[in-house]
Amino acid sequence: MLDADFFRRWMTATAASVDREAERLTALDSPIGDADHGSNLQRGFTAVVAVLEKEAPGTPGAVLTLAGRQLISTVGGASGPLYGTLLRRTGKALGDAGEVGAEQLTEALRTGVDAVMTLGGAAPGDATMIDALVPAVDALGDSFAAARTAAEEGAVATTPLQARKGRASYVGERSIGHQDPGATSAALLIAALAEAAGE
Amino acid sequence: MKMLINVPETVVADALRGLAAAHPELTVDVENRVIVRRDAPVAGQVGLVSGGGSGHEPLHGGFVGPGMLSAACPGEVFTSPVPDQMLRAAAAVDSGAGVLFIVKNYTGDVLNFDMAAEMAEDEGIQVAKVLVNDDVAVTDSLYTAGRRGTGATLFVEKIAGAAAAEGMPLERVEAIARQVNEGSRSFGIALSACSTPAKGSPTFDLPPGELELGIGIHGEPGRERRAMMTSGEIAEAAVEAVVEDLQPRNPVLVLVNGMGATPLLELYGFNAEVHRVLAQRGVPVARVLVGNYVTSLDMAGASLTLCQVDDELLRLYDAPVKTPGLRWGV
Repeated sequence: MLDADFFRRWMTATAASVDREAERLTALDSPIGDADHGSNLQRGFTAVVAVLEKEAPGTPGAVLTLAGRQLISTVGGASGPLYGTLLRRTGKALGDAGEVGAEQLTEALRTGVDAVMTLGGAAPGDATMIDALVPAVDALGDSFAAARTAAEEGAVATTPLQARKGRASYVGERSIGHQDPGATSAALLIAALAEAAGE
Repeated sequence: MKMLINVPETVVADALRGLAAAHPELTVDVENRVIVRRDAPVAGQVGLVSGGGSGHEPLHGGFVGPGMLSAACPGEVFTSPVPDQMLRAAAAVDSGAGVLFIVKNYTGDVLNFDMAAEMAEDEGIQVAKVLVNDDVAVTDSLYTAGRRGTGATLFVEKIAGAAAAEGMPLERVEAIARQVNEGSRSFGIALSACSTPAKGSPTFDLPPGELELGIGIHGEPGRERRAMMTSGEIAEAAVEAVVEDLQPRNPVLVLVNGMGATPLLELYGFNAEVHRVLAQRGVPVARVLVGNYVTSLDMAGASLTLCQVDDELLRLYDAPVKTPGLRWGV
């Protein structure tokens, strides 16, 4: 069973991974976007770790809801509302249980990803974070490690696609050949989930 | 890349402290990143709130003051502000007559302003929104996030600001803002990429002999790259793109806008070419504005915006305005 501590480890591992990969995310964002994806997420997840230490919520749902609200309040751009909504809606779907099973987490995450698709209006194949998140949720039933692999493959698979949402969509066909920065950061989030689970 | 900054992390806060020092007629909340006209809320007047990423100065903070915006929310460089800022701004400027959010069409701005509008309504503030999407370089919204908001933002903020100053109700101010946006089209050209403080180097690679057509205001590349052209050839391309899309039947307001690193010498020269081409096409010009208004950091280049006006819109455009970046009639 997964408790609040597991979800705090997930957020801490995400923050550490975003720190490590910030330059790479920003480099991916340069040719097709505006070269700030790494620094924006870095600012957001640093704030998430700080608020979780300060308020120390006691349930999985409360950890994710608080993390999501913090992202919305600190990131800005599209990533703030999108990642914020992902975590907030996943957290709300977990309710106030003290511990949750992997199956419950999978269903809650699916609810979160659906909310992101509704908010951003993006579908699989538009070269966005959705292309990493949807396969990750589908694979989460097997294992955390399988979800990580699926997210990474999903991110890589955005390279030949033409971006249809977000800043990258403005460069049209010129977005083809570039791995989407949002799908890449989404893969980091899922990899951190596997890390928190020790997989 | 050399920049006149301390460290990238404090660029926005440092600029806000400087804005506050230069303009005591504004209340600048550096910590929460909200710029409000000092006499807000003004009784009986609709509050106008806009905002977006920093790096486009004087947009939006430089357009706060009587006759234009009531408040502005600057985000990080090229990153939209967060809902908390917009909510604070709305609360500061609402006199009970409601608040109009002026939102440029970028996914981040739209999402954050939507969230802020919901939060404001929960607090009993009546909010309306108008989306600015004037950029003709983005052709097919089925395959993009839709047309970007660029130069027309200035006309929307100026004209809606005058309507609010006259005490018009929220629905009317909103309708006027929409009319201005619907009558406006823009097209941008880059001669160089810009450099964000966080990255410290040009956001894309543009060789000396080439230019980008159809750029936005975030240092992203345009739709097409060509060999360098003369000012006259660029004016022909820009006017053609805008006029074909707008099909103006009324006189137009003209904004020849610098992207940040193009001298007025070049902008005035470009304006002369724009006028030559507009005259050839038989488009009457009502008013002209030339300068750096909606910039993209240190990008070299320009954008052209035309806004079709009727008598009322022209009267509102001519109405007094007193802001750091735009000032006349006072």
